[in-house]
Amino acid sequence: MNVHLKQFNEATRAITPDFPYRRWMQNALKGYEQTRAATESRYSDLEAARRGAAQIKWDAIEHLDTYLEEFVRNLEAHGTKVCWARDAEEARRYILDVCRKHKAKSIVKSKCMTSEEIHLNELLEAEGFEVVESDLGEFIVQLLKEPPYHFVFPAMHLKRDRISQVFHDRLGSEQSDDPEELTMIARRVLRQKYVEADIGFSGANFGIAETGMISITENEGNARLATSLPKVHIALMGIEKVIPKLEHLALFLQMLATAGTGQALSCYNSVISGPRRSDEPDGPEELHVVLLDNCRTALLADPEQRDALRCIRCGACLNTCPIFKNIGGHTYGTTYQGPIGSVITPHLRGLQEWKHLSYASSLCGACTATCPVKIDLHHHLLRNRRNAVDDAPAFSEKSMFKAFALAMRHPGLYRLAGKLARPFLWLSRPLQGTLLDPVRKWRRTRELPVPARQTFKDYWEARRK
Amino acid sequence: MRVSLFIPCFVDQFFPQIGTNIITLLEKLNHEVDYPERQTCCGQPAFNAGFCGESREAAEAFVDCFRDTQTVVVPSGSCAAMVKIHYRELFKDTDLFDTVCELGDRTWELSEFLVKVLGVTDLGARFPGRATFHDGCHGLRGLGIKESPRELLRHVRELELIEMDEAESCCGFGGTFSVKFPRISTAMAQVKCASIEETGARYVISNDPSCLLHLQGYIDRQGKPIKCLHLSEVLVRS
Amino acid sequence: MNGRDTILPHVRKALAAKTCESVRGAEEPMPDAEAFRAWLPAVGRDYKSHKRLFAEHATALRTDFRVVADREAMLDEITRLAKAEGWKKVGSHGGALTDAASNATALPICRTDDGYDVGDLESCDAGISACEALIAQTGSVLITSRSSGGRALSILPPHHVVLAKREQMLPDMVAGYAMLREKYGGTYPSLVSFITGPSRTGDVERILVLGAHGPKKLTVLLMES
Repeated sequence: MNVHLKQFNEATRAITPDFPYRRWMQNALKGYEQTRAATESRYSDLEAARRGAAQIKWDAIEHLDTYLEEFVRNLEAHGTKVCWARDAEEARRYILDVCRKHKAKSIVKSKCMTSEEIHLNELLEAEGFEVVESDLGEFIVQLLKEPPYHFVFPAMHLKRDRISQVFHDRLGSEQSDDPEELTMIARRVLRQKYVEADIGFSGANFGIAETGMISITENEGNARLATSLPKVHIALMGIEKVIPKLEHLALFLQMLATAGTGQALSCYNSVISGPRRSDEPDGPEELHVVLLDNCRTALLADPEQRDALRCIRCGACLNTCPIFKNIGGHTYGTTYQGPIGSVITPHLRGLQEWKHLSYASSLCGACTATCPVKIDLHHHLLRNRRNAVDDAPAFSEKSMFKAFALAMRHPGLYRLAGKLARPFLWLSRPLQGTLLDPVRKWRRTRELPVPARQTFKDYWEARRK
Repeated sequence: MRVSLFIPCFVDQFFPQIGTNIITLLEKLNHEVDYPERQTCCGQPAFNAGFCGESREAAEAFVDCFRDTQTVVVPSGSCAAMVKIHYRELFKDTDLFDTVCELGDRTWELSEFLVKVLGVTDLGARFPGRATFHDGCHGLRGLGIKESPRELLRHVRELELIEMDEAESCCGFGGTFSVKFPRISTAMAQVKCASIEETGARYVISNDPSCLLHLQGYIDRQGKPIKCLHLSEVLVRS
Repeated sequence: MNGRDTILPHVRKALAAKTCESVRGAEEPMPDAEAFRAWLPAVGRDYKSHKRLFAEHATALRTDFRVVADREAMLDEITRLAKAEGWKKVGSHGGALTDAASNATALPICRTDDGYDVGDLESCDAGISACEALIAQTGSVLITSRSSGGRALSILPPHHVVLAKREQMLPDMVAGYAMLREKYGGTYPSLVSFITGPSRTGDVERILVLGAHGPKKLTVLLMES
């Protein structure tokens, strides 16, 4: 069994019995659903908005070469330095070099999942830089030395007492059960960091090809601060984030907020087109944009699943996924959680090692129904399963389905199997609850239905006569 | 109308009464009912596990079996979705593509057939009791089935139908998912069961018997007095 | 071998295979911004509706939105605000409106125009700035680093005060981007930002807290003449 599947199963085993905790999380997400429904009801035509957003993202992906070139050309025209990073290692090395070149001591970061993907913080800290996450949720999980739980709500799994405790332990602050007080503690600590940091680091939600801008969406203002005060700004983004025109943001920023948090619009939506201009009073003197491939081009080459590169990372699929709602974000054991994470991780990190995330789904389709850009998420999970089987089917499963196909092609065999299963199940009853129970995985938590004495086929046969 | 029944494998083995109920309902409405006897399974289990080749083998037999039908009715949203939607993917770029498209177009889940094809909403049924409805995912999101079963149940005398908060949430069955990831599957059943209990309902009705199999299994292990019923089991009562 | 020379060819090669039709669905024409208007929340046709919509959003967002008759009334309001909030120092930038407003406070002023000390700006109780526009559809304030005193003025001090004129009220974001293109098409300011309410977070148990890092208070003064 591969190590990731093992970890997944262990984490599942730990979290699923905790009904009160799962309930608490699910209530939080219910709140999100209600807020989102209210916001969506104000749209004049939400379905058309989804279709339009989907089209624009298709255009962006299907002409990614053209838009990437345009994007970089416009970025460079305004003095931004661009790094095309083929993989995580190259991105990390470039960022490290910039930090070293500027003899930086501290780096203040705003939320960037792509930096999690390339494990940037670990490297920078190992190299002696102080790295501070400024987004409150990220700040908290950084103190706890935990990965983010959800790529929009990194600390959604934490109750206030835990937050208070870690602030008390790591920052020496007074304990508090007041969310405002706790937030102010973080605000005070981070104030100095913004002012003193040598490097500001951000992600980007979108890249605008037409104008050479990076677009950053947030609610707290930490990204605005991290990209205003330090002398150097480094931004990291996946190549798939480029969209054609600036005016497209009028649609995407609202769709992102609505799907992501249920807001009509997030608090700060900023586009940055370069370092400070000569006639501007402040801002970084240098802007570096690191464009990351890291297997995205491999996913792009798949004519069905390139669909998943259209993702705007709103997190809505996580919020509606019953799997996510019951196992939580840490169980996935990888940077991107939920349905989108399950779809893309095999492409980013290996099919056989990560296919289990695609199997850990009932394919209910809630994700596909909720995606603001209409990615065919649950069918991609099916495609991952198919690809995994085509690549390397497990012998036992392959044999089982070969037998299945045989029985289903021969009604006589099918009926025989049905007839044999009855006494077999009856004989296995003493084994119920033991490791030898052939239907152990079902019977551990559920009763097995009693097979009908007379099958429908028997009934019809009798009726015919 | 001549209606051909598609009785899914697990209905055949575990819930044959669903099949006999449908015969009763359709004959009451003066339709001729037949049952292509060579049918076994639509091939969904293999398809969902990623074994498209094996699934196609079963599906070919299915398609062949239902060749000479006018209208096909199946008491399961997930099986209907397999035939109506996934067969197009399974038989893409093959000689059978047009055949499966036509078959899909004349295949109906039971409640959609009654309401949308026959235009019938009142079957003269009577079922005293408080019940809630569970929307099977494939029927709901795959085929857009939401109103038809409720329309039918609204006309059942003495039935008190209460919507649960989690009506549209997945019950956790998901085919082989239920045994590959039994803990998650059970956790989902737990959430569903809690939502059912909140309504005070004694019955859970659904148009997908695979969901009911899973939910009843969980409910029985928990010792709760809730009975899972397929839509047809309510509609035949008088 | 630089990254560009690997990545771009990989992208081109990847795109040689056409997207599978069953996934792509029917190709519709690329929508333009005009089309968005028919989908996004309705905004009404005139200034009155826009003002009302902006006010509705302001209430929900906890933006302190005050409509004043004219410049004089604006200056009165600023004076009142400075007293009520107990400001000791304000930050601002050069401009007819902002100069008048910051002077009206009769307080020490940290002007950002020709460079400033960050510690100085950090110690300001409020930042008074002009704006590019107000956006009715979302209740947003549109600022740029060129029109609003740089990047930090509108985000560092704990109270951001925005001075806006009637003609700056735009119906929606589409109009906002169109205005920016017309005004700056050649060279945009390095920062353009839509500010929608005071800074906020819900990271502690989803409970709304204002002033997470950015300003805790946002006041918008709209002059009608």
